[in-house]
Amino acid sequence: MQEEVQKISNTKIGDIYLSMKGITKVYGNGVLANNQVDFEVRKGEIHALMGENGAGKSTLMKVLFGNELPDAGTITLDGKEVTIDSPKTAVALGIGMVYQHFNLADSLTIAENIVVGSEPNEGVFFDRDNAIKIVNSLAERYGFNVKADELVRNISVCQKQKTEILKILFRDSQLIILDEPTAVLTPQETDELFEQLKMLKDNGYTIIFISHKIDEVMRLCDRVTIMRAGRHMGTYDISDLTARDISRLMVGRDVIQNIEKPDHPMGKTVLKVDELNFYDKHNVHVVNNMSFCLHKGEILGVAGVEGSGQKEMSEIITGLLPPFSGKVFFEGEDITEEDIAGRRKHGMSHIHEDRMTYGAAMNESIEENLISIRNEDPDLGSKLFLDRKKIRSLAEDLIKRFSVLCKSPDVPVKMLSGGNMQKVVVARELSVSPKVIIANQPTRGIDVGAVELIHKTLIEARENDCGVLLITSDLNEVLDLSDSLIVLHGGKIVGYFRDVKKLTEEELGLYMLGLKEQSEAEIREAVADED
Amino acid sequence: MRISQRFTIIRTVLAIAIALAVAIGIIFLVSKSPVEAIIYFITGPVKKFSRLMNVVEMMLPLLFTGLSLSLIQRTGVFNLASEGCFFIGGAVAGLFAVKLNLPKVIDPMVCITIGGLVGMICMLIPAVCRLKFGASEVVSSLMMNYVLMYLGLIMIRVFVRNPDTGQLQSLDFQEQARLSILIPKTRVHTGLLVAAALVIIFWVYLFKSRWGYRMRMTGSNPGYSKYSGINNTKSILIGQALAGLACGIGGACEVLGLYQSFKWLALPGYGFDGVIIASLAQNNPILVPIGAFFLAYIRVGADIMTRMTDVQNEIVSIIQGVVIVLLSARAFLGNWEKREIVREATANAEGGDKT
Amino acid sequence: MNVASLIFTPKFLATIIRMTTPLIYAMLAAVIVNRAGVMNLAVESTMLTGALLGVLFSTWTKSAWLGFLLAIIGCVLLSLAIGYAAFVLKADESLNGVAFNLMMQGGTIFILYLVTGSKGMSNDLQSKVLPKWDIPIIKDIPFIGTVFSGHYLLTYIAVIMVIFVHVLIFRTKFGLRLRLVGENPQAAESVGINSQKMKMIAMCLAGGISAIGGCFMSMGYVSWFQSGMTAGRGFIGMASSTLGGNTPLGGSLASFLFGTADAIAITLSTLSIPGEFVTMIPYVVTVIGLVVSSSLSGKAGKRKGDKK
Repeated sequence: MQEEVQKISNTKIGDIYLSMKGITKVYGNGVLANNQVDFEVRKGEIHALMGENGAGKSTLMKVLFGNELPDAGTITLDGKEVTIDSPKTAVALGIGMVYQHFNLADSLTIAENIVVGSEPNEGVFFDRDNAIKIVNSLAERYGFNVKADELVRNISVCQKQKTEILKILFRDSQLIILDEPTAVLTPQETDELFEQLKMLKDNGYTIIFISHKIDEVMRLCDRVTIMRAGRHMGTYDISDLTARDISRLMVGRDVIQNIEKPDHPMGKTVLKVDELNFYDKHNVHVVNNMSFCLHKGEILGVAGVEGSGQKEMSEIITGLLPPFSGKVFFEGEDITEEDIAGRRKHGMSHIHEDRMTYGAAMNESIEENLISIRNEDPDLGSKLFLDRKKIRSLAEDLIKRFSVLCKSPDVPVKMLSGGNMQKVVVARELSVSPKVIIANQPTRGIDVGAVELIHKTLIEARENDCGVLLITSDLNEVLDLSDSLIVLHGGKIVGYFRDVKKLTEEELGLYMLGLKEQSEAEIREAVADED
Repeated sequence: MRISQRFTIIRTVLAIAIALAVAIGIIFLVSKSPVEAIIYFITGPVKKFSRLMNVVEMMLPLLFTGLSLSLIQRTGVFNLASEGCFFIGGAVAGLFAVKLNLPKVIDPMVCITIGGLVGMICMLIPAVCRLKFGASEVVSSLMMNYVLMYLGLIMIRVFVRNPDTGQLQSLDFQEQARLSILIPKTRVHTGLLVAAALVIIFWVYLFKSRWGYRMRMTGSNPGYSKYSGINNTKSILIGQALAGLACGIGGACEVLGLYQSFKWLALPGYGFDGVIIASLAQNNPILVPIGAFFLAYIRVGADIMTRMTDVQNEIVSIIQGVVIVLLSARAFLGNWEKREIVREATANAEGGDKT
Repeated sequence: MNVASLIFTPKFLATIIRMTTPLIYAMLAAVIVNRAGVMNLAVESTMLTGALLGVLFSTWTKSAWLGFLLAIIGCVLLSLAIGYAAFVLKADESLNGVAFNLMMQGGTIFILYLVTGSKGMSNDLQSKVLPKWDIPIIKDIPFIGTVFSGHYLLTYIAVIMVIFVHVLIFRTKFGLRLRLVGENPQAAESVGINSQKMKMIAMCLAGGISAIGGCFMSMGYVSWFQSGMTAGRGFIGMASSTLGGNTPLGGSLASFLFGTADAIAITLSTLSIPGEFVTMIPYVVTVIGLVVSSSLSGKAGKRKGDKK
């Protein structure tokens, strides 16, 4: 085995293998995703890269893998300074990446997916038998239990992941990046993956393990680098840290804003969610028996690391996704079977987290984007026709009220900045005086001015007795705006806090990262109707 | 003016200019008297009233299929059955024009209505196959075109074949079934009024009615319209149905306006012409007459050129092809437009920071 | 007259083979581009162009084979233009195909007139015809000899081409990369495969192969070019390919179905049954086949997602 390592590289175990210095990346929309980040990985270690969503870890990895060019900073690999301008260059330099969404072709076999691009051949012919042999022996050497001649269409997620790793090993890459590899795996599969990663480490490979699961990182990794809000929060030996330390470093508020929120009495239950369950296409239980109640005039925060089931939960409530089981009640009426239009008629509004796909029609004007949810509204014309003048006055009124910055209501939405786009979405959803707003990441990626306005709007809605379900991964937002709070982890509600004021951010972090969980009785309080 | 509007106009004009330049280049290559040919081509149709009327005659079928495609392209389901729907509309109208014997005015109205309805049903078949089963609408609609053509021919052969002719054609229509001439001494028939009515109806539908609004949002971003509570399937089907209706009516008007009996033996090609007209008109019904006029004009001009010189009118198809490619090419002036949009957007954003 | 006695004759079976030949070439062209993830409606126009070029070049070079070769080269060049519009100018896939079909429909007539002064047919040209082949031994066997022997050489080459394309797609490095590009261009790029280049090559291959089909039409099936003579065979090729699951072997079966219907229509045209009815059947079958196959694959996908 020692010889193997020597063959792969001259670098000895423990030397610095990868060094990224002063990486800064500003995106086109002005978001500072990486701010002077330093990141060092030693030869032959498993190095965890941790941070909440939006902390900048995926941007850092995009820079490393050549998907994004940094605005400043240098990358040194194996002692040489390198410029990585495309994934192709990265692969040539011996860097391999396993994405969360696999890069495989379903109709090809495992072997074909692995060797394509550098196939064993006999002249122009692809030597299929040899490819299978090579892949089988590669898999055997590292104890990967895959059958090389099986079609990718027919294999499990776990095997797809192994295929991706083998693809990297086949190309002789020495640095392997794994982006949240356990998100799609069962606990048993995770154990198996970890065994294999440890074996790879023993064979001299260097592994970067991106995750926000503290227990997994503590089990597997040698060192950890933690990022928060685009900055490097430090690199530590795992043995020097406790889970609580990591949690504290990952989760925290940067600035405490003062949001004026007058007291407001809670009313009756307006939305009740009863034992919702949903499995995604990888058969992961992403919504696990969720139940809670939202009352009139209440802002119920939903905290949690992204990917804990928030998206599916909100899509089930709003009718975009049918649940596997469970029911949704609106003012006591069962609306589980109703379509989106029906739910909206009851008075439900929805701010989707994906502004581009669901929030707006980019090529259409602001005006047209403001009326889509009221295309049947009798105030906007006759039964068959829409009244342009009425629409125009409504649009102008909303643009003023929500200070959308634009030349006229005719401007296509794609010409607006992110913040103004989101203002259009929020203006539309609130213009119908809803009884319930499902606000999923309402302020993500937009400028401070727009954030402030949207916060104010949500509080206003609460004063008008609207129930607000505020789903966000922004700690400031969830702690400042919410009256009560549920915390999601791995698709489950792990905590319910009737009064947010009594909750510290540190405590919240422990729940979000799965280090703490309330008893069932405590969680059940979330469904206690208080009529 | 909005940047995207400005660019649409620039792109359209430039595409036409490039296509004409290509055509003129070819004329210079192949003709012994190129200048003469080009003059006939460009100015021929306006030199005589009768030729200008030829342009209007030529426009008529194009108006219908152009309208049809301008809706189709807005639904996001690229159904190419317009060709077959036009044919079957004509064939069915022809069939009834032989068989029915109703009073004047009513007779053609009934024939046209039936033709339109049949066109509508036929257009819906590929659309439903797509929405219900996910079958590629392009391939199935191309197949539909042949099915509809043969169906039409079978109908004529079985029910109203004229036994005295060698080639397949129907018996003569009832006199009162034929559309009357609108402008004396030309072949411009009352189908023009029907087309004009459809232009207005489609425009109102698309930009004034609630259904049209819903369909535009569905075509523009299906995710967004679904999230807004719009029934995408329904709005696509309504749009496709109207498009089929236009084709069927168009075929019926063409047959009843120009012929004494049904004589088509092959697909007339107007359905595919609709693609270029709709592209030129930016899928806006009110602009369809302009697109149809353009195509009809260069066709008539090319016909005149063919008669007077040694250049053949098929040059038009080259112009047509080049225009469609350039209009649909995202990279054609795309980078320039994107730069302009980014500039405007950043200007907007900077303004946003000040407030 | 008895229908059965007309159909079950060796001559009829030979007609099927003759009618199927051009469809096979169109289908193979469609299979290759579909595998690269491109929908190419322009198969129809490259086929038509191939038919014209074969006639013209064989007249000028006085050699059938040279004309045939030049026709293929011509269509590869045309495919480069179609590919340029699609991949470099990024024209809409379907519209691009429609545009080139319109262009070549008229363009071929334009060129024909330039050369012959006639718009309909190329009768005046002394164009050459590709040879027929009598298979030794087999030609003397009754029945079988009539069915299988004495076809144009291109018919036998079609069989070889089916095998060639099958091997190309499923057995070569090129084919493996092509399939990856078609299915997951991102994965292809990440292992250093230039997907645009692969798509362009696929277009050119398709252009060349469809040109052979065109040449069969104008230098064998008949010995002249006629405007619009491919009559939608390119589209039928696309449909055959889809119906056959984008495999050369499956596609051949579908093409055979179309060819049979064509042959029946020709044979029955002497009877009182409207020939249109028979000719229509394969198109109807295609629509139904498309619906059935896509609804089956759609359901299979769903079932996978639903299972717990």
